[in-house]
Amino acid sequence: MPKWADVLLVPLLNLVLALIVSGAVVAYIGENPFDAMRIMVNGAVGSAYGWGYTLFYATNFIFTGLAVAVAFHARLFNIGGEGQAALGGLGVAIVALALPWPHWSLALIACTVSAAAFGAAWAFLPAILQAKRGSHIVITTIMFNFIAAALLNYLLVGPLQGAGMSPETARFPEGAHLPTAYDMASWLGFNRSAPLNVAFLVALAACVAVWFLIWRTRLGYEIRAYGHSEPAAVYAGIDPVRITVIAMLISGGLAGMMAVNAVQGEAERLVLDPVQGAGFIGIAVALMGRSHPFGVLLAAILFGILYQGGAELEFETSVPREMVVVIQALVILFTGALDNMVRDPVGKAFLRFRRAADQSGPKAGTPAE
Amino acid sequence: MDLLTVFQILDSTIRLATPLLLACLAGLFSERAGVFDIGLEGKMLIAAFFSAAIAYTTGNVWLGLLAGVAASMVFALIHAIASITFRGDQLISGVAINFLAAGLTVLIAQDWFAQGGRTPSLSGDGRFEPITFPGADELRSGFRQARADDLEPSGLSALYWDVISGHTILVYVAILAVPLTWWILFRTRFGLRLRAVGENPGAVDTAGISVVRLRYAAVLICGLLTGLAGAYLATGFNAGFTKDMTAGRGFIALAALIFAKWRPFYALGACLLFGLLQAVEGRFQSIGLFGFEIPSQFMQALPYILTVVILAGFVGKAIPPRAGGAPYVKER
Repeated sequence: MPKWADVLLVPLLNLVLALIVSGAVVAYIGENPFDAMRIMVNGAVGSAYGWGYTLFYATNFIFTGLAVAVAFHARLFNIGGEGQAALGGLGVAIVALALPWPHWSLALIACTVSAAAFGAAWAFLPAILQAKRGSHIVITTIMFNFIAAALLNYLLVGPLQGAGMSPETARFPEGAHLPTAYDMASWLGFNRSAPLNVAFLVALAACVAVWFLIWRTRLGYEIRAYGHSEPAAVYAGIDPVRITVIAMLISGGLAGMMAVNAVQGEAERLVLDPVQGAGFIGIAVALMGRSHPFGVLLAAILFGILYQGGAELEFETSVPREMVVVIQALVILFTGALDNMVRDPVGKAFLRFRRAADQSGPKAGTPAE
Repeated sequence: MDLLTVFQILDSTIRLATPLLLACLAGLFSERAGVFDIGLEGKMLIAAFFSAAIAYTTGNVWLGLLAGVAASMVFALIHAIASITFRGDQLISGVAINFLAAGLTVLIAQDWFAQGGRTPSLSGDGRFEPITFPGADELRSGFRQARADDLEPSGLSALYWDVISGHTILVYVAILAVPLTWWILFRTRFGLRLRAVGENPGAVDTAGISVVRLRYAAVLICGLLTGLAGAYLATGFNAGFTKDMTAGRGFIALAALIFAKWRPFYALGACLLFGLLQAVEGRFQSIGLFGFEIPSQFMQALPYILTVVILAGFVGKAIPPRAGGAPYVKER
């Protein structure tokens, strides 16, 4: 199978299958799937207002998608993005509330570092347990998601609770507020309410950084080598414990950085569930993007469109927001679990096509038997 | 804390442990056959919805149970097709199933009942009624009478009329499922083969037994049991379906499975322990122990923390079935 079929055709076919089934679900609820599609696309990318939300969601998904992707390269399935991002939120809140920040740029740097550190710290224990004790990282990271939720729940009704009755911290000081798309680029027509903020640029930088790390550094090479074959990597002198831990720390750090967008950029306070499932969407994004940063960027924007479009859909029709969850599930199912269902026939078709071409090509002049 | 309070906590322990136990045994079948299942949560959820929805529309809880089990088994079939037939990643398939259930239940509930993603409350024949054991009512009224007469009864009889008697049928089914599971897995030919396929599928294949068929059977049994777990939640434990009502129970069941080291009777113990934690957490806001105040959130997190500790292997190492998670590719 040629490379373009592997990275483009198969994912696209998977996506089409997922959308066909989603369309069937929409039709079952009694709405026209094509109208629904039009409303979603229009609502998400048809106006600067829509883009202001779409790209905000995409920013979250870029971070969590990169997190899953980096772990995938080391053949580790980090399903704990949810918990790591929640802890990232804690890191953001602690730093943002600690000082009366003089300028947002300083606050951005400090909060990003803190968010990444907290996210990475939350990934450290599952990583070291996997590397040293062989505890299955999928199970431990799931457990850590729940432990993180309980921890946040405890802190937000206890030590970190703000002045009000609701379980959230106080509002971050003025100096820690990030400039929004309206502040930076109102000439593009962005609305004052759009949550898109400067963290989007951080996410783009993270894409480039991850690309550089994975394909242009020695560490990235080691991570990929370890992911392809552990025995071969060990034979080449790569320490599996070190690679497992480092890959998970980077993964957790990226997931944690999501909080810069969601907690510092939008909510401007830490609330009970700051991640809202974005950690899990990272799995779908990484699968669709074939764990490549550019693919992750495209897939994240696609899911951003789905999210914003889903909100519009609920607003205009009788289709609830949960439709997005169904689409997301189907994308994960078809691109992740049922991949071979499409890949095998496509591979066979290419093989047959090539054979036919070979026979009719150089042997064209030979007489038929 | 008097004896009666202890028995009340034990009573709710059993109620809370039942869905965990059914889901845990479900995972046991699947994982012993070498198919990891993190989709227990989703299968319980879809079963909870369909059992409540059908029980409400037909007014018959048994039809509801049937519908719930069927829905759960359809989801199990999706998992089987993805992870056995197409050799996809079992974990990713499980994640997809969880989301599919979370989305579809609300979507269909809104379409059918338009009550914001829930079913109307069940009553009468739409619910499983508690089964009262012979003599339980007499003992209970005897106890109440004695207390009214200031006789200060010990309350020991509550062990019978509160803890043992008065549960819905699925509770007793769940408890009976434990020895049954043990018998199937360790005393039948099917069980031997099922365990073998989770340890060394190549050997089973060499013996001329279909790995694919065995794994399908295991995953479908898993679907049946998660179906019972979900139906219990919606028609026995609660009266109707509410959005995300499984609330992580599928994952606690998964934790219990690891805690139990993939063994049926250990699973009973683990589920009762986790049920007890939930019961205690539900009853007290915080617990004073040795002069420390333990917040209820810690109790919530305790099953997960215990599982990580067990997984870390410092207290009794949990070793999963050897071929777990790996699709079987027949040599040609």
